Order: sequence, then C-alpha cells, then structure tokens
Amino acid sequence: METYSALRQFADSWALLALFIFFIGVVVWVFRPGASKTYKDPANIPFRHEDKPAPEKGDKTDEEPSDKDG
Amino acid sequence: MANYLKLIVLGVITLLALIAANYARDLAYLVNALTVAAAAGIAFLWVLRHTDEPVMPAPETQYMDGVVRAGVIATALWGVVGFLAGTFIAFQLAFPELNFEWAQGYMNFGRLRPLHTSAVIFAFGGNALIATSFYVVQRTSAARLWGGNLGWFVFWGYQLVIVLAATGYLLGATQSREYAEPEWYVDWWLTIVWVAYLAVFLGTIVKRKERHIYVANWFYLSFIITVAMLHIVNNLSIPVSIFGSKSVALFAGVQDAMTQWWYGHNAVGFFLTAGFLGMMYYFVPKQAERPVYSYKLSIIHFWALIFIYIWAGPHHLHYTALPDWASTLGMVFSVVLWMPSWGGMINGLMTLSGAWDKLRTDPVIRMMVISVGFYGMSTFEGPMMSIRAVNSLSHYTDWTIGHVHSGALGWNGMITFGALYFLVPRLWNRERLYSIRMVSWHFWLATIGIVLYAAAMWVTGIMEGLMWREVDANGFLVNSFADTVAAKFPMYVVRGLGGVLYLAGAIIMCYNLYMTVRRNPAVESSHSAVPAE
Repeated sequence: METYSALRQFADSWALLALFIFFIGVVVWVFRPGASKTYKDPANIPFRHEDKPAPEKGDKTDEEPSDKDG
Repeated sequence: MANYLKLIVLGVITLLALIAANYARDLAYLVNALTVAAAAGIAFLWVLRHTDEPVMPAPETQYMDGVVRAGVIATALWGVVGFLAGTFIAFQLAFPELNFEWAQGYMNFGRLRPLHTSAVIFAFGGNALIATSFYVVQRTSAARLWGGNLGWFVFWGYQLVIVLAATGYLLGATQSREYAEPEWYVDWWLTIVWVAYLAVFLGTIVKRKERHIYVANWFYLSFIITVAMLHIVNNLSIPVSIFGSKSVALFAGVQDAMTQWWYGHNAVGFFLTAGFLGMMYYFVPKQAERPVYSYKLSIIHFWALIFIYIWAGPHHLHYTALPDWASTLGMVFSVVLWMPSWGGMINGLMTLSGAWDKLRTDPVIRMMVISVGFYGMSTFEGPMMSIRAVNSLSHYTDWTIGHVHSGALGWNGMITFGALYFLVPRLWNRERLYSIRMVSWHFWLATIGIVLYAAAMWVTGIMEGLMWREVDANGFLVNSFADTVAAKFPMYVVRGLGGVLYLAGAIIMCYNLYMTVRRNPAVESSHSAVPAE
C-alpha cells in the first residue's frame, strides 16, 4: 500500500508537471519564429519521391531540385 | 550460408510443432500446432528450393513494393471475411435460430464475435497498416525498405498470427481479454513478428534520404512502439501446460481489469487512431494533390494525441471497483482528447481547401473526406460517453457498439478503402481504376450502411439504457432483461441490413480492384510526369 501511495503521489505531482512542461515546450517550439518557412519543405515530402528512392549522394542527377538536404 | 541456418531452424520448428501436436491437451492447441508445422514445413521447402541458387542483390534504386502488393490483397480479402462475420453475427442476434444446433460450440455468437472483431481490427486494419506503412515510409524517406526479406517475414508471420487466432477462437482457445483474445503462444509469436516490423520500419527511417521525418511516419512509429508495449503488458500470463492452450493471467481483480482497459482503449488510440492518422497524413494530401493544411498543427496533433490518449482507458471502468480518482482521471483525459482529435480532423479536411471541387468529381477523395468526418464525429461522441453521468446511461448498452462502429466502419474502413483505391493503380502500374462509377456505388452503399447501423444502435442503446433504469412508484424495476431484448428486435434487423450494405460495397471494391489489375493495359513508364511540387 505504501508503494501505491508514493507512486500515486509522484504521478499526480512531479510526473504530471514534467509531462505538461514537455508538452507546452513542444507547442512553443512548433510556433518558434521562422517555423512556417521551415515546415514548408517537410510538408511537401510526399510529392518528391513517388517512383524511386533518392539517388546516392555521389551520382546525383539534377531531376530533384528539392532534396539538397538528403 | 544463411539459408542453411534457416533450414535448420525451420526443420526444428516443424519437428517441435509435430511433437506438440502429438502431446496436445486440447483441440485448439492440436489444430494450431498442426498449422504451425504446416507453415514451417512450407517455409522449409521454399527456402530449400532457393538454397544455392544465384541471388540477385536487391536494387537500391527501386522501392520494395512486392510486400505492399501482398498486403493490399490481404487487406481487401480479410476485410470481406471480417465484414461477412460481422453481418452474420448481427443477424444471429436478431434471429437466434442462426446459432445452428449442428454447429453449437463452434459457430455460435460467443465463438464468432471475437473472430469478427479480430478479423476487422487486426486482419483488415492490421494488414492495411502494415502495407501502407511500408509504402509510405519508403516514399517519404526516399529509401528502399530496410532489411531485405524481413518485410516478407513480417507479412507472412502476421498472416500466421491471424490464422492461429481465428482457428483458436472457433475451437475455444481464448484468454477472454477483449481484443487480446489469442492465447499465449500466439502472443509470443506476434511479439517476434512485431519486433521484426519495428526493425524494418525504423531501419528504413534511419537510412532515409530526406532530412526530416515526415509526420505520417511519426504516427506510424508511435503506433508500432505503443502496440508492442500494450501487447506485452496485457498478455503477461503463465501457460498451464506447454502442450495446452490455456493460460492464467498474471494480474487479478481490478488491476487485471485496469490493465485490460489500458490495453483496450489504447488499442483504439494507437492501433485504430494513430496508425490510421499516419494513413490520413499521407493519402489525403496525395489524393488532393496539395500538402497538408498546416504542418505545425500536425506536429501538435501528434504530441497531444500520444500524450493524452494513454490515460483515457479508465473510462471503461466507471462505477466499478476501480478507485474514483482513476476513473475521474480517465474521464478528464478523454474529454481533453477532444481537442487534438478535432485539430487533426480540421487539418485533414482543410487540406482540401481550394480543391473542394474534387469532392464532386473524385469519389476516392470523397471517401477520404467522409472518413475524416466520421473521425471527428466519433471522437466527439467518445469523450461525451466517457463522462460518468452519460456513461451510467450508455455503458453496457448498444450505444457503445454503435459508437465503435461509426469509428471503425466510418473512419478506419473508409480511409482504408480510399488508400486501397489510391494504391492499386500505382502498385500495379495501371493508368487508372477500372471503374469510377463502382467507387461511387461503394461510397454510397458503405455510407448508407453506416448510417443505418449507427442510427439503429443509438435508438436501441438509449432505449435499453432507459428501460434498465426505469423504476415504478414503489422503487421496483419495471423491465426484465428479456423485455429489453424483445424491444430491440427491429433495430437489430436494421443494423444487420446496414452490415449487408457495407459488405456489398466491399465486395464491389474487391471486384473493381481485381479488374483494375487484370483489365487495364499497364502504363509504360510509371508516373514520373507528376510535378514535384
């Protein structure tokens, strides 16, 4: 019973606080300045490599201008 | 060389399974052992025939689509099996004579019901998730599937799980844990398959050529990891005998109930929601030909969903031995969950902004949109039903079944159909679907089927709940349980008819997809004409 009480108390105090802060942190991080521009590129990932994988770095053809990050 | 090792392992498994069949203590175990022996034997022969043959190195310049094609076929076929089982048991409830005397103990409602739920959730939904996740992770990572034939191991291993579970149910092997009915050896096997699945998926992400991990992959990954965790904890049990199917759960009493519903609700949250949201975040933008409405919102959707969903399970145990604080916690988190769910729904729907005319011309996008609509509807209904006062009316009634089906048929079913219509022409290099009209027919049959189903269950559920709590002036209950059963008859027939319509739509889809592959001429080079942006 003691373990139960201790864990329960930890869960509804520090653990709750830590999870909540992490979550708020994510939300704040997503709305950081310049985020809209950053996320424009990932949002278009589904439209890039429909037919075949991106070529290896050495033998890159210039058909995919947008994968310069890869 | 690896093939020799595989042959030894498969040979030993075949032998052990036959020994297990010989010592089997019950029929379900016997049949399952023979199934395992047959599967291992067939795999043995297959490996043997490919041993010492020249092997082609897998071309890294191509995607591995064979296993996705197999998954698409399995999804469509298991879907029809699951819908058929569901329609049949719906009529068993309306007409008890359908629990045939000659099939007692095998095909009565109690045996077929887990067969139906597992077939639609794990066989239809699971195959859809595995197939689409393999397709999406390759496209969004711009890399071939990791692990070579490990992907095929995942596919066939998963089919074996389904067959073992289904035959086990009919012959009476069950842990009696909802959505986790398969007995201990099936659980162990699924664990192995699932770890392989995680390895293939994660391996592909690790070797990705895109810098960013696309949001769909985040959802898929959370689905795979969380299901692994849920599966292992909820299935902790000790087999009574190594030669029998019976096992005893590790937990007891309210802890056992809480573990089960922690599992059960997160099976909904991570299997049927997070995984299928992965599908939504890839296939809706692809079919609408425009990126997701707000990528920021999708990130918040993801973190909010996985942070909140995991706590919602206790709302299945209102007014039980569960401590009040736990059931309140479950209720609060269920209500909070409403917000991220609707954020995700808005994100999916608004992806079409500026392309709403596609709804008129493209029945596939219509299917995806109605599925997102049903997602919004059932994620509104769910939190409402989790409120303790509402739950006191709705719990144990057919309202719950109606809620589950508006989510499962509407959201999971429709988004899967949309994905299948999207995938088949691309996977088999066909120019287009065989018939767009048939897609329209499927859309309307399925939609009307769901409406009949959900409406019937609302009426019968609320009626049943009100009849159960009705007391006369002296405080005596007015209705017996049999009275409510009799009053539900018409709604049960309507529900069964809804199932017939939904099933008919799925059969039309199978025919349409089959003819797409068979009839249309193959496209010469695949669709590289699609613009990059």
